[in-house]
Amino acid sequence: MRAERVTFRDFDWWLLAIALSICAIGILEIYSATQNTSLAGMHWRQMGWVALGLIGMFILARVDYHAVLDHAPLLYLSSLAALVAVLLFGEARYGARSWIFIAGLSLQVSELVKLVIIIVLARFFSEVRTDQLMLADLVKATVLTAVPLGLILLQPDFGTAVMILPALAIGAFLAGLQWKHAVAAILIVLLLLPVGWSMLKPYQKERIYTFFQPEENPQSTGYQTLQSKIAVGSGGFWGKGIGQGSQNQLGFVPVRWSDFIFAAVAEELGFSGVFITLLLLLALLLRLVQHAQRAADRAGMFVVMGVAAVLGIHVLWNVAMVIGYVPVTGIPLPLMSYGGSATLFVFLALGLVMSVRLRRFVN
Amino acid sequence: MSYWFGNEHRLPQARLTFLTYLLVGLFVVLVLGYWKLQVLEADYYAELAERNRIRTVPINAPRGKILDREGRVLVDNYPSFSILLLRDDLREVERTLPQIAAGLNIPEEEIRARLEAARHEPQFRPVVLKHEATPADIAFIEAHRRDLTALELLMVYRRRYPRDGFLAHVIGYVGEASEQQIERSGGRLRPGDIVGKAGLERQYNDILMGTDGLRRLVVNSLGREVGRLDEKEAIPGQPIEITIDYDLQLVAEAGLAGRKGAVVALDPRTGEVLAMVSHPAPDPNLFAIRIPPEEWRRLNEDSDRPMLNRAIQAQLAPGSVFKIMMGAAMLESGVLPERFSVFCPGFGVFYGRTFRCWEKQGHGQVDLHRAIVRSCDVFFYNVGQRLGIDRIAFYAQQLGLGRRTGIDLPGEEAGLVPSAEWKQRALRQPWYAGETISVAIGQGATTATPLQLAYSIGGIASGGVFRQPHLLKNYSPVEEIRFPLAERTVQKLAQGMFGVVNEDGTAQRSRIAGVEFCGKTGTSQLISFDTLRRLGGHLARRFTENAWFVGYAPRINPEVVVAVLVEHGEHGSSAAAPIARDVVKAYYDKKSAREGQRYTVELRHHDPEQATMIAELQPRLAPETVSSAASRTPAVSRRQSAEPGSAHRSTDSGTR
Repeated sequence: MRAERVTFRDFDWWLLAIALSICAIGILEIYSATQNTSLAGMHWRQMGWVALGLIGMFILARVDYHAVLDHAPLLYLSSLAALVAVLLFGEARYGARSWIFIAGLSLQVSELVKLVIIIVLARFFSEVRTDQLMLADLVKATVLTAVPLGLILLQPDFGTAVMILPALAIGAFLAGLQWKHAVAAILIVLLLLPVGWSMLKPYQKERIYTFFQPEENPQSTGYQTLQSKIAVGSGGFWGKGIGQGSQNQLGFVPVRWSDFIFAAVAEELGFSGVFITLLLLLALLLRLVQHAQRAADRAGMFVVMGVAAVLGIHVLWNVAMVIGYVPVTGIPLPLMSYGGSATLFVFLALGLVMSVRLRRFVN
Repeated sequence: MSYWFGNEHRLPQARLTFLTYLLVGLFVVLVLGYWKLQVLEADYYAELAERNRIRTVPINAPRGKILDREGRVLVDNYPSFSILLLRDDLREVERTLPQIAAGLNIPEEEIRARLEAARHEPQFRPVVLKHEATPADIAFIEAHRRDLTALELLMVYRRRYPRDGFLAHVIGYVGEASEQQIERSGGRLRPGDIVGKAGLERQYNDILMGTDGLRRLVVNSLGREVGRLDEKEAIPGQPIEITIDYDLQLVAEAGLAGRKGAVVALDPRTGEVLAMVSHPAPDPNLFAIRIPPEEWRRLNEDSDRPMLNRAIQAQLAPGSVFKIMMGAAMLESGVLPERFSVFCPGFGVFYGRTFRCWEKQGHGQVDLHRAIVRSCDVFFYNVGQRLGIDRIAFYAQQLGLGRRTGIDLPGEEAGLVPSAEWKQRALRQPWYAGETISVAIGQGATTATPLQLAYSIGGIASGGVFRQPHLLKNYSPVEEIRFPLAERTVQKLAQGMFGVVNEDGTAQRSRIAGVEFCGKTGTSQLISFDTLRRLGGHLARRFTENAWFVGYAPRINPEVVVAVLVEHGEHGSSAAAPIARDVVKAYYDKKSAREGQRYTVELRHHDPEQATMIAELQPRLAPETVSSAASRTPAVSRRQSAEPGSAHRSTDSGTR
């Protein structure tokens, strides 16, 4: 391993600033959404998670990502073990057995597994020596992803599982995915849809039903979407002000401190707030792509783009879900939704990105 | 570690750039999506958000109390719960309707009908599903707060009426406004509003009914109230004080004691109604809100007709009470001399037909005074024959019969004073002189309500001043119809009625020591005895006689006049007079207690010869028309036409 000659002079302070700005908006809305509920004070805990994440990020930034990739097999096996452990001993929350207690903190293992999958896929794709991705490699990568994904589906945590797929897709795409394989993969997915449908839980089916016919059952997920849309729409251009959103404050918006936090932002800060927040999120993601483009090697690029893919799909899906463009799945908005594991994951992922960034100049 | 550095492949910049554009493109789509919602459709969603958080709940305004003349509470309110169906979210209502119907035990169609009826109402106004929620209903609603959000409980004030039908016909009752009432109210009434449906509740609904307020609540997603926006206060209805004297009413109700009939007590000096009973009466508490259809049918189909306020709606032959009007007509018209007398052998023959007196042995030689005291039919047959129907009709009408008294209660009937002109108009038949003979003793087509008889007798004893009976204490203006009677006429008739009670009259057992209690009995036959015999014993009670008594005190310018009707009461003297006596006695007992003095009977005889005419009271004369040609055919009256076999009613015993 090369000598560590990195300095924090090269640290991407802009990226950090953007990330913390997004966190600030999130914490503000967590405060606003929970101030009059039994969850009041949750924003302090979120700040704690952000602080913890920052420490993790700085530590990880110092570590050479190549070293991390070296341990990919170990990480991979450990996470499989952890997922199995969660299935056996985990604690169920919101109907999914995905939580485990470590040192007094409850952790959502699948959040950290996302990170491992990014690392494993980066390692795998960086070892591909051809310009074009061979079918055998594609299948191998798919299998590598499918095993933990399957375990997460068993929890069952459909949302998180689906959010991992873009890491595979983007990775394969950058590794030289051939169009014919892409078309074939899409066809296979389409053919497997009926099988997958039959494996869905009733509530998942309902979510998909109501997505296509939201008016039919206003009391369930369609109702959630409707209330979310009302919150967004009624916010208008300038918003109702912090703590002033009736949809938010009176609890019409479901889990408004977590998955639907963007609805709270939209209601209380208006379109102007939405626009600024989306700009920040886009800036974050574009900055990641930029780092990928400037990475010292393919391994670095795959690490960064893996992070970008997972964060990107979270952001896009969540923001689209709030206005009813995609079905409701329980996925958080990175850096904004309340949640320790999710916040930790994002900062650790950003730590990996920093690690790549700090080593962009090949010497 | 060689694999790290052996990798000299260039990065896939093109594909990275492609991903950049893809990312930016997707963000643009999302920004446009938010733009659409927050800028283009902001107003629509703002309205939805408002509707979400604001719930409008009506505040029930209590109806005004009803107090008796001394301020005692007759009708007041008690709090109860109504079940409301909120229509803010009709889809939600539609979805949960079967569950609501099952849980509250209301047919689904009924709920739909109610929603339909309120279709044109503002959507924020809820529909009343059920008044008087049971504990089970309340438990059901509380248990389903979260999933049946369209249900709401509303505290409302309900009417508490006296029990067992006490004063029921006077007070009336309330119920949901009918469609016609809503239409006629000009926007004041809305579907589901509780309004007076009968009696004073209906007559003075505008005073009694308050104006409901509105409260706009901020509710959270569970429908729980978290704050109040504003409130339009409910304006309670005004109380009304009525002229009924609770004590007299009690006596009157007790007097009738379950028999069918009516009692009306008036103060002729003012027109105030002191007591009014009609029996049988429904208990208004039973259907104060919404009466079950079968109960309503039962009440309306009951042959005893409990829904009828007999005091103002029973139109019955006045019988011998009518002899007072006859006496007035005789004296005022001057057709017969005051000393006119006839010999009563127990019957009289007119137009070839025999008309009997109730006293088979006959009364011997009787003048007007004796004829009133003993209620001689033959005397009045003769008077009637000589006066003729048109003169009788004129005086009867002037003295308050055949027209509504104008009491402030809905549904008063006018009764009927038959005349040649009336018969021609109504039955398209000429008047037969024989009918006049029946009319002369208050039979035939003649009908009057108990109120009319009290009004008329009270007016006659007051010298011909008829004051509009009313129940509202500060009723104004009280209509006053004057048909001035000669003082002598008044004295003569009053003396006769004094004799009915205080001489050897038909009501001599109803004297009150110390009170100048006067009156006139009456017994009106419903059908002839012949018919009765044919129908058989089991129907006898249904078709016997109505007992009347109209009593008053003191003798001239009375303070209280009481008309009593006891249906199938056989005789006015035995059935009706004691009730009137009790009411008058109660009146004087109260007065004595109040003023600390006893009233004594003036036992001096009024000599008509010594009485002086009051100069300014010039009696009006009846039209000098001659009754139509005599006929052997007896009259066919309105009621008789329904009973073809009973056409000869007046042939049997008369009335007393």
